[in-house]
Amino acid sequence: MGSVGAKEVPVLLSPEGLRIDGRKLDELRSIRIVAGALHQADGSAFVEWGANKVMAAVYGPREVHPRHLQQNNKAIVQCRYNMAAFSVDERKRPGLDRRSQEISKVIAEAFESVIFAEEFPRTSIDVYIEVLQANAGTRCAGIVAASVALADAGIPMVDLLPAVAVGKVSGAIALDLKKEEDNFGEADLPMALVPQSGRLVLLQMEGHMTRDELAKALDLGVSGCRSIYEKMKQALRDRYAGGTEVAA
Amino acid sequence: MSDEVTAEILTTHLLDLAAHGKRLDGRGIDEYRPVSIEPGFVSTADGSALARIGSTAVLCGIKLEPGKPFPDTPNAGVLTTNAELVPLSNSMFEPGPPHPRAIEVSRVIDRAIRAAETIDLTKLCVTPGEKSWVCYTDVHVLDHSGNLIDAGMLAALGALTHATMPNRRFGIADADAPLDVQHFPVECTFVRLGETIVVDPSFEEEQGAQGRITIATDESGRVVAMQKGLIGAFSPDDVKAVVERAFAHGDRLRAIARQGGSSA
Repeated sequence: MGSVGAKEVPVLLSPEGLRIDGRKLDELRSIRIVAGALHQADGSAFVEWGANKVMAAVYGPREVHPRHLQQNNKAIVQCRYNMAAFSVDERKRPGLDRRSQEISKVIAEAFESVIFAEEFPRTSIDVYIEVLQANAGTRCAGIVAASVALADAGIPMVDLLPAVAVGKVSGAIALDLKKEEDNFGEADLPMALVPQSGRLVLLQMEGHMTRDELAKALDLGVSGCRSIYEKMKQALRDRYAGGTEVAA
Repeated sequence: MSDEVTAEILTTHLLDLAAHGKRLDGRGIDEYRPVSIEPGFVSTADGSALARIGSTAVLCGIKLEPGKPFPDTPNAGVLTTNAELVPLSNSMFEPGPPHPRAIEVSRVIDRAIRAAETIDLTKLCVTPGEKSWVCYTDVHVLDHSGNLIDAGMLAALGALTHATMPNRRFGIADADAPLDVQHFPVECTFVRLGETIVVDPSFEEEQGAQGRITIATDESGRVVAMQKGLIGAFSPDDVKAVVERAFAHGDRLRAIARQGGSSA
């Protein structure tokens, strides 16, 4: 995608079926999750996922600003997904572009689907995601970080929210695309799973897939989410077992 | 407060109906409202179409202007899609900078147009690296009675299929030519009401929904875009089922967008 009229397309899949970084099609990049990476926030987490570095912080439940957004029967969940100007190859203009605003919206809706918002009427739960270094899959890394941060903040939820993107690379369905695969691949399908119910609360797709490929991608993504789920739980266990490890 | 109470009563009613396979306006769970397209609605545009789904009305206008290709795609034209939820279309919408809701609608339509390769962008290139056509697709929501994504996409596809490249106006060629459309994406949106998933949600159904999901398909049997929205969840099996339903509706919607006219 985004490759129309572009010049060189790298070889994304070797004859042996290995990917540009040597991974198998169903293999995740390495993931490190640190719960409680910040001091001021009510909850926080730092995620290093492949070459992605994402920090998330949660504030609240707290007073709603602006006030007219307040809801009498539940908390509202507000999310700001932002990419730092230096997080990509070519400097990005600071502030929320339309892509960031759309991602912020779907992430807020994903979390509001799992948070027990009725327990905190007239308040706001604010989720901040800062992408510090980007290499494809930043919204999924952001969701994983924010989810651990929400748990770290003690916000009651149905479950943690593991997330991963599945894509299509040289005709093959592959888990957890990295930048080159995302730029030159044929499809990208990010999702976030509620492990307990097996349902998806975030799902987007761009590119092209047949219905069989799509079915395969969904199943691959769900199993990817389940292994990320284990890492998220371990990060929270580590947090309570061994004090705070500050990121970086 | 009274708004909240009314909304809650309405939602309960919608859920009760859905549990029995019924809907507020008497439709079946897999039934669209009447769909119609009126191409050429605006003569000042290079292509336009007014799409209606029930009482939802969305107008799309295309403007083509010469511009510069992006440095990383010197041989391709530029495509931009924007959706305006103007305040006249619903009491929810206020003047001001675009609401995330509007951004989502435009980006989901943009994704389908782009991923389906609706327009061969290399054909919009005039001089590589220097001059190319910029195709502005502006979606203007006039009456928001639910399902803006599907209506907006139909309007956009209708406008693109009936658009003309204004070569003469900009001195690029001696004759105007039809814009070459090579694929025909349509979006198909569903909402969850309890355990029932209904197609083409009305405004009230969107308000009471526990999750919304949009599937964009093209004429060659490909899924080209998806978007889950609102608060709620879908199982992978739910997704696979709505993909089949989206394909089943797709060809009819495509035919209406391409030929104009309406479905009863």
